[in-house]
Amino acid sequence: MKLLTHNMLTSHVKGVIKGYPLIIKATEVKVNELEFNGQFVSRMIPKLEWSALIQAAGWLGQSQDLPSTLIPDYENDEEFLRKVHRILLEVEVIEGCLQCPESGREFPISKGVPNMLLNEDE
Amino acid sequence: HYVALQRDVEGDLLLGDMGEGLPFRPGMFDGCISISALQWLCNADKKTHSPPKRLYRFFSTLYSSLARGARAVFQIYPENSEQLELITAQAMKAGFTGGMVVDFPNSSKAKKFFLCLFAGVSGVLPKGLGSESTDRGVSNQAQFTAQRSRFTNMKGKSVKKSKDWIMEKKERRRRQGKDVRADTKYTARHRKPRF
Repeated sequence: MKLLTHNMLTSHVKGVIKGYPLIIKATEVKVNELEFNGQFVSRMIPKLEWSALIQAAGWLGQSQDLPSTLIPDYENDEEFLRKVHRILLEVEVIEGCLQCPESGREFPISKGVPNMLLNEDE
Repeated sequence: HYVALQRDVEGDLLLGDMGEGLPFRPGMFDGCISISALQWLCNADKKTHSPPKRLYRFFSTLYSSLARGARAVFQIYPENSEQLELITAQAMKAGFTGGMVVDFPNSSKAKKFFLCLFAGVSGVLPKGLGSESTDRGVSNQAQFTAQRSRFTNMKGKSVKKSKDWIMEKKERRRRQGKDVRADTKYTARHRKPRF
C-alpha cells in the first residue's frame, strides 16, 4: 500500500463518523524506485490531506524533512516535488495493518494489499 | 489480484467487496472504469445479502468518492432486462445521470453493454458501435431520466410486451373463455433477439 492510497482511504464500517485517517501499523516497509513525473505529483497535491500525509510518513519513519504545511508555489520547486513523489509513490507498506481511529477495527495489510473486507455485523 | 502483483503494476491494489461500499474520502476520483464486475452484485451470495441494498451502497459511495463532473463506465453482462433495470434504478437513486450504450446491438456474439454514469453534471452519451446496421431499428442507447415510466405508460396501461402486459393479456383471454397455457416460471421470460 502506497501513501497516496492511504491518504484517500477511510474506514467504511457502518456507524463510524470519523474513520479518517486510518492509523498505520507497519511491520514491513519497502522503498521502490519509480520514475519521477513532476506534473503528476503537482496535480495530486491539491487532492491530498497534507497533515494526514505528514503523520503517515512519520509513522513509517520517512518524515525526511517534509514541511508540516504545504509550501506556496510548490509547482515549480522540483526538489520539493521529488520529496513528495518519494513519499507518495515509492514508500510502500508490505505487511502490517490499518486501524480505524474511531472503532479500533483493524484491516490487515498482506503482500502490500490492504484487506478492507467487512464482517457480517459491520 | 495475484496477476497484478506478479506484473508489478504501477498504482495500487485493495481487496474489498464493492457491495459493502467504497472506502474513500469524498471527491477523490475523476473517473471510474469497471469491467465485468457490476452484474455480480445482482446475485445474493449470502442469505443476508440484499442485491438492491448492495447495489445502492456501492453506487452511493462511488458517487461521493467521485469529483463533480466525473464519469464512471461499467462494461457489464446483464442476465436479463430485470437485472439491467435493477442496476440503473439504484444508480439513479444514488444521484447519477447517464444511460446504457450498446455496441453491436444486433449481434448476440459481439453485443456489449456499457453503463455510462455522470456525477453532478449531465453528459452526452457516446454512440454505440455497430450503429450502421440498425435494420431492426434497435437503438444503441437508452438514456435514463428522473422519470420512472417503466411500469405503466401515460394512459396507465402496462408497457407493451412487459411481463405485466403479458400476464394481463393471458388473464383477459381466460376471461374470454379462450384456451390459455398455464403460467409457469418461464412465462414472460425475456427471450434473446434470435428467438
